[in-house]
Amino acid sequence: MDIFLQQIINGLTLGSVYAIVALGYTMVYGIVQLINFAHGEVVMIGAMVALSVIAAIAGSGVAVSPVLIILAGTLCAIPVCMGVGFAMERVAYRPLRGAPRLAPLITAIGISIILQHLAMLIWSRNPLSFPQIVANPVFEFAGATISAVQVAIIGLSLAVMAGLSLLVYRTRLGIAMRATSENPQVAGLMGIDINRVISLTFVIGAALGAVAGVMVGTYYGVAHYTMGALLGLKAFSAAVLGGIGNLAGAMLGGMLLGVVEALGTGYIGDATDLCHVDWISATIAERCAADGHFILLGSNYQDVFAFVVLIFVLVFRPSGLLGERVSDRA
Amino acid sequence: MPMHRNAMRRYHPLVLAIVVGMSLSACGGKEESSGAGAGSSVGGGAEQVTVRIGHAAPLTGAIAHLGKDNESGVELAVAEANMRGLTIGGRKVFFELMSEDDEGKPDKGPIVGQKFADAGVAGVVGHLNSGVAIPASAIYQQAGIPVISGSATNPQLTEQGFQVTFRTVGRDDQQGPAVADYLLARYQPKLAAVIDDASSYGEGLANEVEKTLKAKGVAVLPREKGTDKQADWKAVLTKLRGRKPEAVFFGGMDAAAGPLLKQARELGLTAVFAFGDGACTDKMHELAGPAAEGLVCSQAGIPVSSSSQPFLDAYKARFGREPLIYAPFTYDATNLLIEAMVAADSVDPAKLLPSLKSIAHVGATGRIGFDDKGDRKDAEMTIFTVQEGKVLPVAIVKSGTIIDFKDFAGTASTGDR
Repeated sequence: MDIFLQQIINGLTLGSVYAIVALGYTMVYGIVQLINFAHGEVVMIGAMVALSVIAAIAGSGVAVSPVLIILAGTLCAIPVCMGVGFAMERVAYRPLRGAPRLAPLITAIGISIILQHLAMLIWSRNPLSFPQIVANPVFEFAGATISAVQVAIIGLSLAVMAGLSLLVYRTRLGIAMRATSENPQVAGLMGIDINRVISLTFVIGAALGAVAGVMVGTYYGVAHYTMGALLGLKAFSAAVLGGIGNLAGAMLGGMLLGVVEALGTGYIGDATDLCHVDWISATIAERCAADGHFILLGSNYQDVFAFVVLIFVLVFRPSGLLGERVSDRA
Repeated sequence: MPMHRNAMRRYHPLVLAIVVGMSLSACGGKEESSGAGAGSSVGGGAEQVTVRIGHAAPLTGAIAHLGKDNESGVELAVAEANMRGLTIGGRKVFFELMSEDDEGKPDKGPIVGQKFADAGVAGVVGHLNSGVAIPASAIYQQAGIPVISGSATNPQLTEQGFQVTFRTVGRDDQQGPAVADYLLARYQPKLAAVIDDASSYGEGLANEVEKTLKAKGVAVLPREKGTDKQADWKAVLTKLRGRKPEAVFFGGMDAAAGPLLKQARELGLTAVFAFGDGACTDKMHELAGPAAEGLVCSQAGIPVSSSSQPFLDAYKARFGREPLIYAPFTYDATNLLIEAMVAADSVDPAKLLPSLKSIAHVGATGRIGFDDKGDRKDAEMTIFTVQEGKVLPVAIVKSGTIIDFKDFAGTASTGDR
């Protein structure tokens, strides 16, 4: 039981990160029906900038509280990522707004490659270690452990989600965003500056990406210029799972995907141990008697779960768990 | 298309020259042009030939830092050979490093190999990864080009019956048992877990560790796997925590091993952790923080800091940094190629191969000779532990016996090993 609980905690932490990244995908998709495949790279840049700032401050020997240093790193990463998000939209997506849907998808991939290699040039190809300045006390309950960083990640991501919901549903900018999402032409006729709204959407999504980057960096302790690619794809799967374009869906999808991944990795080995059914054939029984196990699928399938989920969603419920709109526009 | 035509027109005379040169040598056989790259140099005396030495390693991607380190070892050896101004087969030889990025990908290995074969290199130092070196070796065998890896430790590389594959490091089936023997002697675990990163290297090493542990009566849990880019190991480690192993071995590189170790301690695993050479770097302390304390790890060969002083000085002077792990081994590999050329008095791969097989050389990593398969004779394995953030050697394992490092270090300074 404690193992199960531990896996849920692991999954929720991972899921919180996926959820915040997925929000970036889903916001942009909701407004311009574009999958911004470079979003994973924004997360990576967020992590890298924060790492540089944190390392610089921690290395300078100034006596500041570690939490403040991380806060400073995050506060530097957010504007940088916002700038990247803004520039990205301006350079790669705005000129193609009327173009066929495939064109911006391809520029998105192009931007992602460019950002990745820029990061390689700036921060080198080596995996960089995140300075471990915060003491990370581990709390124990019911046999499971949860670290302070994990609590912070889950708490912060819930706060960010709440803040974003307030922004979208309670502010004038939110109204403008929802109007643009519904019908850009009409929204424009009603006096909404569509270009500004779209720009802001990218910028806000990128800011969320920066926060996610810092989370991933402090949680795992490593940052690498390729770290955004897989994370981005998984978060994209989470967004699709929840119903792309739907904010609550991205959060739900992210959390769910994190838990599925943790439980799947934790239990796939035991679940596919052929020794449970060793009466099927003599060969299996022989292997079981010799090794005590005959595992068909092992924990190396960790990265597969997200994409299996993605395939199932696309086949059986293309609009996702909470998406109302059938994805005819994708 | 127009670009292609332009390129053809521009290079036409050169292409013609090479084609004519190659066909001449093919007919006459008097001129040794194989391994001579694009022929005699333009500016210098007519008697100078350029000999290309290939180097392949991932220069991009997760372990590019190790690739660069390997490349630097080769670069240093090539530069030193050029300073010496060698004369081979009556002609002054200028060595040129042709470095290719194999991205650490198995499918890029043969492509890079073919590139070397087409460029007519005299020999290749590489590849860094076993998983890349093995598929590439078939190309080298076909082209008859000697290839010496300074870091590929998977046994299969030299078990294919090829004549051209060599290595200056030990094999996983020497390293795996060494680290397992050390674990057994020092920690006496009853139950162990083995994890790998599903690469040829990680899996091969993990297999050897598991085999040795089992042979000595230790129960081993079903194998857990991840990838070489994995940062999240919590699910796997949580599962292991439920089984309470006393020792955990991970076969993989430092970028994955650091987070693994850190997360294991966060989850409260108390087992002793052991890694192979890919995760036996100074970065472990940075990557895992205080969790790195007490880690046991092994390296094929001897510690970088125990390689010869002239090498260490020259490396530091040229690159302004310390070698990471395998630079001394690629440095030696390059020198072996060059030595073999000198001994054979030829830069023709077919002629230098026999002299490479019988070579006896004292390099930065000690005495080097090859057995029939191309493996290094009497390869040493070093066991390290992390103490107060430093990766310190504690023992040398040589053909099954564990020698305390302090005792070994005494003999090492005499240079006779």
